[in-house]
Amino acid sequence: MTAAGPALAIAAAVRGGERSATSVVEESLAAIASGAELAAFNTVTAEAALARARRIDDAVAAGEDPGCLAGVPVALKDNICTRGVATTCSSRILEGWEPPYDATVVGRLNAAGGIVVGKTNMDEFAMGSSTENSAFGPTLNPCDPARVPGGSSGGSAAAGAAAMTPVALGSDTGGSIRQPAALCGVVGMKPTYGRVSRYGLVAFASSLDQIGPITCTVADAALVYSAIAGHDPLDSTSIPEPAGDMSGALGEGVAGLRVGIVAELSGEGIDGDVSARLGAAAESLASLGAEVGEVSVPAAVYGLSAYFLIAPAEASSNLARYDGVRYGLRVPAATAADMNVATRTAGFGDEVKRRIMLGTFALSAGYYDAYYGKALKVRTLVLRDFAAAYERFDVLLAPTSPTVAFRFGERTGNPLAMYLSDACTVASNLAGHPAISVPAGSGADGLPVGVQVMAPALGEAVMFRAAAALERAQADRRPAGSGGATAGSASP
Amino acid sequence: MSDRPGSGADVIWAAGSPGLGAPADTEWEMVIGLEVHAELLTRSKLFSGSPNAFGGEPNTNIDPVCMGLPGTLPVLNRHAVELAIRVGLSLGSLVQPSVFARKNYFYPDMPKDYQISQYDRPINVGGSLELPTGKVIGIVRAHLEEDTGKTTHMGGAGRIDDAAYSLVDYNRAGVPLLEIVSYPDLRSPAEAREYVTELRSTLLAVGASDGKMEEGSLRVDANVSVRPVGAGEFGTRCEIKNVNSLRSLGRALEYEARRQIRMLSVGEPVTQQTRHWNEDTGRTSALRTKEEATDYRYFPEPDLVPLDPDPAWVERIRAELPLLPRERRHRLAGLIGEDPARVSLVTERGQDDLALAAIEAGAAPAAVLKHLEQNLADGSGELTADGLAELIGMEARGELTSNQVKDVLAEMVRTGESPATVARRAGFEAVAAGELAAVVDRIIAEHPEEWRRLCAGDGRERKKMQGFFTGQVMRATKGQANGRDVAALLADRAGS
Amino acid sequence: MTERISRDDVAHVAWLARLSLRADELERFTLQLGDVLDHAADVAALDLEGVPPTSHPYPVGNVLRADVPDGALDRAEVLAQAPETEEGQFRVPPVRGEAP
Ligand SMILES: [Mg+2]
Ligand SMILES: [Zn+2]
Repeated sequence: MTAAGPALAIAAAVRGGERSATSVVEESLAAIASGAELAAFNTVTAEAALARARRIDDAVAAGEDPGCLAGVPVALKDNICTRGVATTCSSRILEGWEPPYDATVVGRLNAAGGIVVGKTNMDEFAMGSSTENSAFGPTLNPCDPARVPGGSSGGSAAAGAAAMTPVALGSDTGGSIRQPAALCGVVGMKPTYGRVSRYGLVAFASSLDQIGPITCTVADAALVYSAIAGHDPLDSTSIPEPAGDMSGALGEGVAGLRVGIVAELSGEGIDGDVSARLGAAAESLASLGAEVGEVSVPAAVYGLSAYFLIAPAEASSNLARYDGVRYGLRVPAATAADMNVATRTAGFGDEVKRRIMLGTFALSAGYYDAYYGKALKVRTLVLRDFAAAYERFDVLLAPTSPTVAFRFGERTGNPLAMYLSDACTVASNLAGHPAISVPAGSGADGLPVGVQVMAPALGEAVMFRAAAALERAQADRRPAGSGGATAGSASP
Repeated sequence: MSDRPGSGADVIWAAGSPGLGAPADTEWEMVIGLEVHAELLTRSKLFSGSPNAFGGEPNTNIDPVCMGLPGTLPVLNRHAVELAIRVGLSLGSLVQPSVFARKNYFYPDMPKDYQISQYDRPINVGGSLELPTGKVIGIVRAHLEEDTGKTTHMGGAGRIDDAAYSLVDYNRAGVPLLEIVSYPDLRSPAEAREYVTELRSTLLAVGASDGKMEEGSLRVDANVSVRPVGAGEFGTRCEIKNVNSLRSLGRALEYEARRQIRMLSVGEPVTQQTRHWNEDTGRTSALRTKEEATDYRYFPEPDLVPLDPDPAWVERIRAELPLLPRERRHRLAGLIGEDPARVSLVTERGQDDLALAAIEAGAAPAAVLKHLEQNLADGSGELTADGLAELIGMEARGELTSNQVKDVLAEMVRTGESPATVARRAGFEAVAAGELAAVVDRIIAEHPEEWRRLCAGDGRERKKMQGFFTGQVMRATKGQANGRDVAALLADRAGS
Repeated sequence: MTERISRDDVAHVAWLARLSLRADELERFTLQLGDVLDHAADVAALDLEGVPPTSHPYPVGNVLRADVPDGALDRAEVLAQAPETEEGQFRVPPVRGEAP
């Protein structure tokens, strides 16, 4: 049997009439309130959540089935659009903006009986690896409040780790679900590009962005994934094939499964404690019958460089629309162009400005071929090298983050050092492949370490299968923070 | 026809021509390439579902996608693609796999501050457009893109550079456009107008656009340069924007050519510029030079996927294409035995089917052409081909005067009745032969002196008197007598 | 290989992106962007002749929607979000010059 997880447990209890959705939501709201100093949430939608909970309780009472996420509180990263509820991307430039529509994933969560309880803090426009780039101040890591929760979905990871909500959605452009999940000791999963609709996800880098779940267990991640995945006619890049049911894969075990450790992502630049946990994870899979070997994905070396050209280039264009004309912040000025400049200069933080300028440069006349054009070709090499690796292996294994959670301010002065936080995760985004970070014990200072299971495109089932086995093997080494620790008094 | 644009040879501009104010020792020719933006006749926008409609209240035909709201994504309109393919096939373009790109620049009427367009992989490449004169203009490409909203400059008499503020309406944002780019094969303002006219007819024929320049559904930008006649290389060109009618196109091109020739004639180089046509002043003025040219930072639109139309679909669209203006022109010209240019007015008015059917029904081609050109400028209404052929027959047999023919035709256009019915109702029916003979004999008896002069006079006198008697007969019959019948009776009675 | 990004380059790029930088910011961003681009030098230096670019990680093609009007927005709801409006339109400071 596999570890079920709180989301599955809540849904079962609510559907069976053993627990009321109202009591579940009240408990979640209380946890959010008592952990307020973690600054995991930008907005809490208590009233709407309680109203929805009552409707779900009424439905159950009337003999209806609200769905597989019945009564499950969900936290949404604040770049996922919610009708009539502020969606800020933790940026001043979207001050006061309330979308007139819901993201597709919100509709799917609602249809499955899930209950949105609020919007979580993040790095501004999902640009960052520590949630320090939020215009509203950083989120604290529940495992150690002196440390960052990772990012950019730091609020969602913290909400999960502090047991505020059993389910949170994040977005992952270069590791922004998996890395904070690893640093907070929870499960974070990025689906195959196109599996989950991006409609209503405020774009950072369109060809890399994917929404995915952050949960306490692999089984809960699979449950949420199944609920939100599937074709959406509103997203042209949405994959037409159905996502399928993942529950069967979870208990299959790994006997005979070929597991490759990616050499380029697990050697140089990886802290010793993290390498040790990766080794232990590989050993445990081997002991369960997996065939573990090492594999080279040569182009992964260039992944980070390609990523830091492609993502900013797309972002520079995606973020052009924040010009003060139609919504959000406007800083008055004498002409429209000056107003655009004044608004954007005041509304964006430094990291967003850095990436917009970097991307503008990579696309500009005379530099396109050397930078953006080359990065797209590297992307081809990454796909080719992964394809070769998957001829020999069913899933690949790598650390999620090169280090455990770092202290506030440690990398803010040096953007390049911060960018290296994504070294292990960006390759999956470039390739569009699914990947999941699973807690794999503790590293330095008792802080959580995550191990990443990667699979080829549409390989979610085999990915969940390996991840579930890894989770079972690690169950006794779960870090203290994941059980619902509340914040201490330390602050950044 | 001499009053038709571009019917002559390439216009050659002598620098010394009146108004040019430059030495007369060089002759210049213009080199013109046109970029035509045509709004496509879809029901919804290119990438989203709000209505594609002209003239609504501001900001009422909008949706989250065309407003570029955060998180929204474009999905391509199938019918817009089909219309683009129809036009491409009509121009003989290669319909190829294509990719959308983002063209990045800031402007308040552009909701995303980038335009989704096609860049290095347009849907249609190559092709040509044959003008009624027979000249063939090369087509570079015809690509799909989205339209912008509309900015209105308020205060400062509506002039852009001293407006107090501006208002933006996004109803037009996201309307599908096809941008059709010609090679610089045009050599005169008249030819440029003829090209736009022919292109417009083609767009109308395939149902791609309503072609209304006054509503902005057809917009023309012109690239213009001049060069000494006989020069092999092109001169430096300027792009003229804001040309809103065929008439302005001609005026703007003429002004711009004069301006460039004047500069070159005094040894001043032309700088590559984008220039704005001002309808009121009749001048073009510089917007920006090439050095200030915007860096659009084109890159593949990541929110859209490649478009590779199924060849079976393309062939189905080809099979369903109607006859094009050029084909219709050639068909009619072939039947009449005229030059295609001679019949282009009829095909442009879409009356060639009527002409063909009337000729088929036995009408004389020349008479058909004459009536269509001269009497049906406002359309053929209810007129049927059989009716027209019948009318032309009556006219040929002298059963109606030419004035009566016009009256009858106008009535046929209104009611669709047969010419006989109309003529009868109007009392235009010809006088019966026996009746006419009686009238003629009575008139002769009443005017013995005139009759003597007719019978005895010389050729000139005889002709004059024939006119007198004909007039008398016509007055007596209220104009219903057939002139030829009267002449025959008079000749018979005179014994000549 | 291209030279290290200059202050002028950064100033130009900032203008293209409609951002204004103080002198100290220009200095700092020039250094930081230079560092990132140096790191990207490995990519810029690669010989990728003959390698096709990948702009979409998962090959989907010909995604088309039916030409059916739907999904209109309520004007009042949209204008309520705007910083400034007038007579049903979005009001902005004077636009100098036409669209490029
Ligand atoms: Mg153009
Ligand atoms: Zn265009």
